[in-house]
Amino acid sequence: MGAPDVSIELYVLLSAILFVMGAMGVLLRRNAILIFMSVELMLNAANLALAAFARQWGNGDGQLMVFFVMTVAAAEVAVGLALIVAIFKTKKSIDIDELHLFRD
Amino acid sequence: MENFFDLVPLIILFPLVGMLINLFTGKRLGEQGVGIIAVGASGLAFLIAVLLWIAQVDTGFQAAVVNAPLLGSWIEIPSANINILWQFRVDTLSVTMMLVVTGVGTLIHIYAIGYMHGDERFPRFFVYLNLFLVFMLILVTGNSFLVLFVGWEGVGLCSFLLIGFWFDKPNGEGWKNSNAARKAFIANRVGDWGLLMGIFLVFWTFGSLTFYEKGEAPLVHHAEAAAGEEAVFEAEVPEETGEEVAPMGVFNRAEEWLAEGDHEVNFGVFSMSLEATITLITLFFLLGATGKSAQIPLFVWLPDAMAGPTPVSALIHAATMVTAGVYMMVRSNVFYHAAETTSFVVAIIGTATALVAGFIALGQWDIKKVLAYSTVSQLGFMVAAVGVGAYSAAMFHLVTHAFFKALLFLGSGSVIHGMEHGHHHLHEHGPGEHSHDEEPFDAQDMRNMGGLRHRMPVTFWSYVAATLAIAGIFPFAGFWSKDEILADALRLGTDEGRLDGYIAFAGLLIAAAFTAFYMWRQMRMVFFGKARHPAAEHAPESARTMIVPLAILGFFSTVIGLINVPANFPILSELFGEHQFTSWLEHAVTYAHAGNIVWLLAGLALLVAGGAIYLAQMIYNDRVLERIPPDPLESNRQTAPAFALANARLYWDEAYYKYIVFPFRSAAWWLAGTLDWSFWHDFVHEVLIYRSFQTATRVLSGPVDRGIVDRAFNSIGSGIQEAASRLRRIQTGYVRTYALSVLFGALLVIVIILFPVIRDLLGM
Repeated sequence: MGAPDVSIELYVLLSAILFVMGAMGVLLRRNAILIFMSVELMLNAANLALAAFARQWGNGDGQLMVFFVMTVAAAEVAVGLALIVAIFKTKKSIDIDELHLFRD
Repeated sequence: MENFFDLVPLIILFPLVGMLINLFTGKRLGEQGVGIIAVGASGLAFLIAVLLWIAQVDTGFQAAVVNAPLLGSWIEIPSANINILWQFRVDTLSVTMMLVVTGVGTLIHIYAIGYMHGDERFPRFFVYLNLFLVFMLILVTGNSFLVLFVGWEGVGLCSFLLIGFWFDKPNGEGWKNSNAARKAFIANRVGDWGLLMGIFLVFWTFGSLTFYEKGEAPLVHHAEAAAGEEAVFEAEVPEETGEEVAPMGVFNRAEEWLAEGDHEVNFGVFSMSLEATITLITLFFLLGATGKSAQIPLFVWLPDAMAGPTPVSALIHAATMVTAGVYMMVRSNVFYHAAETTSFVVAIIGTATALVAGFIALGQWDIKKVLAYSTVSQLGFMVAAVGVGAYSAAMFHLVTHAFFKALLFLGSGSVIHGMEHGHHHLHEHGPGEHSHDEEPFDAQDMRNMGGLRHRMPVTFWSYVAATLAIAGIFPFAGFWSKDEILADALRLGTDEGRLDGYIAFAGLLIAAAFTAFYMWRQMRMVFFGKARHPAAEHAPESARTMIVPLAILGFFSTVIGLINVPANFPILSELFGEHQFTSWLEHAVTYAHAGNIVWLLAGLALLVAGGAIYLAQMIYNDRVLERIPPDPLESNRQTAPAFALANARLYWDEAYYKYIVFPFRSAAWWLAGTLDWSFWHDFVHEVLIYRSFQTATRVLSGPVDRGIVDRAFNSIGSGIQEAASRLRRIQTGYVRTYALSVLFGALLVIVIILFPVIRDLLGM
């Protein structure tokens, strides 16, 4: 492989940064769409780590897992977006701090 | 001819089918139909018995064992080595019983059609009669003690049903009948216990209940065949002999072991010699026989059993069921022969019964009671015959007695019927028709009778034949059989010097005198003199169905004794053969032996019987009979106490009441009142169990359950509730709060997982 020899630590570091960014996004943003995107970011961070480890060990299992994650993420987006649309239609808002219906 | 033997199951099947038909369709068939079915069933059984008889004669008296279809292996417990087959045994002894039971039984069935005419439970009566035949035939055809016991219990049941047949008669009569039925049943249970114990002992000792296995013959005849004297019996050799020991029935096993000597029977904790065990078995059997064959001490049920319809008295209590005990003892003759002590006891009991019952019969007023005690007395003769070892004579007397006693009962039934009709006639045409305040009338009381000989000629003449037969007058049937018993008893005394032989001889001779006396007394009171009650003046002769059997039985009562003419009797022995019955019976009864006539003894017996009849004729002469009360023995100052004693039946029942029933009842009251109610119920159950349980449950439910258990669970519940109300505040509903907590949770998990690594890094 002619790929530049990048050490595994860098990949993991990038993955961690992306994951933290995603996590922060989930915790700090109030817009449901953006939270969704942050979740995607976290998933992709995990995907990056999986792909990196797979490469490191020359084992396809990690890459296989990436496909699973992508599939599940796609399904989740489909359902999640539908939910968000439905919520927007009734509440006229997608600010999740206003969506504490379950509490009562 | 030999396949005639295979017909033997039919002898039971026919009455069974007859019974079932009448049971299910009897109400619709009408009296005539029911009668035809019942008599047909009985008659076909008689036909089978005759065929079996012919087959017996034809095959040289060879015994046959036939397996019952369907019931082949009846009780089989291989692990306990118990294998009891339902087998029929056709040998000369059982065929004799079959002929008597079905022959006399059929005549009684015919008679009963007339006698029971108009009874509201007519079909039921014939169902019972046929069922009775079924059980009696099971009893006599079985090849093992257990099958015998089935029949034994079955006839007991039928006896109960038939004695209490008129349980709903008005004016307390019904109560009397059902009480008589109960009495018979209970007295018989006591005897049955004895028989059962005997059967258990037989099984314990020999490991089998079969009389003789297939192809086996009584041992004596093997010996005879070997000696070449008379090859009367060629035993079939079992096909698969091989190495195995051929199976053996209990009787031959007993003979074999007795011949070996020194055989011990092990009872677990102790053991007993075979002789002692057989003595015990035979004593238990004797107890069984005293129940069924109405001997001292269990004879009290039979006279009361006369409460049943008269055909029942004739069939069950004279001709068949009561002979079961004698049959059983004759069947077990191998045992009785081996047990000298028991034979002594049997002889004494038989003789005592003959005497006591004969004495009681002297003072009875009820025509059927006289006959009932007479039956008890005659059974005493048979039992005493077994006791003195005269098995053939016992069976011979059983056969002759079946005929003349059945005839006497049926004759008395005819008389009672006549009296009742006379009484009805009186009230229909009498001057005052006071149907409500009828004076009590007892159609069975001989004091109301008299002069019936002109009104009921057939009944009278057949009664004469039966009376002469039972009294032992030459040449009527009873003469031959009674003489044989007496001769055998005397021979046991003189030849073997046995005391019981002398006792039996003397006692039975006196009993024979009693017999002749009370029978002729009855004859005189019923048929002679003038009518002492208007009913007797109007008594008509009975219907044809009733008098035809009387005539037939009368014929047999006269001639049946000729089947066993002693060898030394001139002319007749040439005409009818010597000891026909004994030599016929010898093929089944190991210790049957022929008795020759002892002329002096026969003369003495005749003299005694004739004298007793003469005495009765003198005492109950026409002049006396026309007076009321008509009994000179009662009014004579010298004989009055004895007569009163006989009339009161020796206070035997009262003694039973006082010494057995009353103490038992007191004990029962005490047990019920004190032991059961006061002790068990009030103290043990109420105080010990109920109260202590109540206290225990109170403690458990109060302090323990509510105080500890409930409180513990309640505090768990309220604690959880408390915690929940606190924790509720954390639930904000804000997604990001939850996400944060998830994050912290995840971090915590990571920290815990990585704890070892962290520790290493920090160098701890």
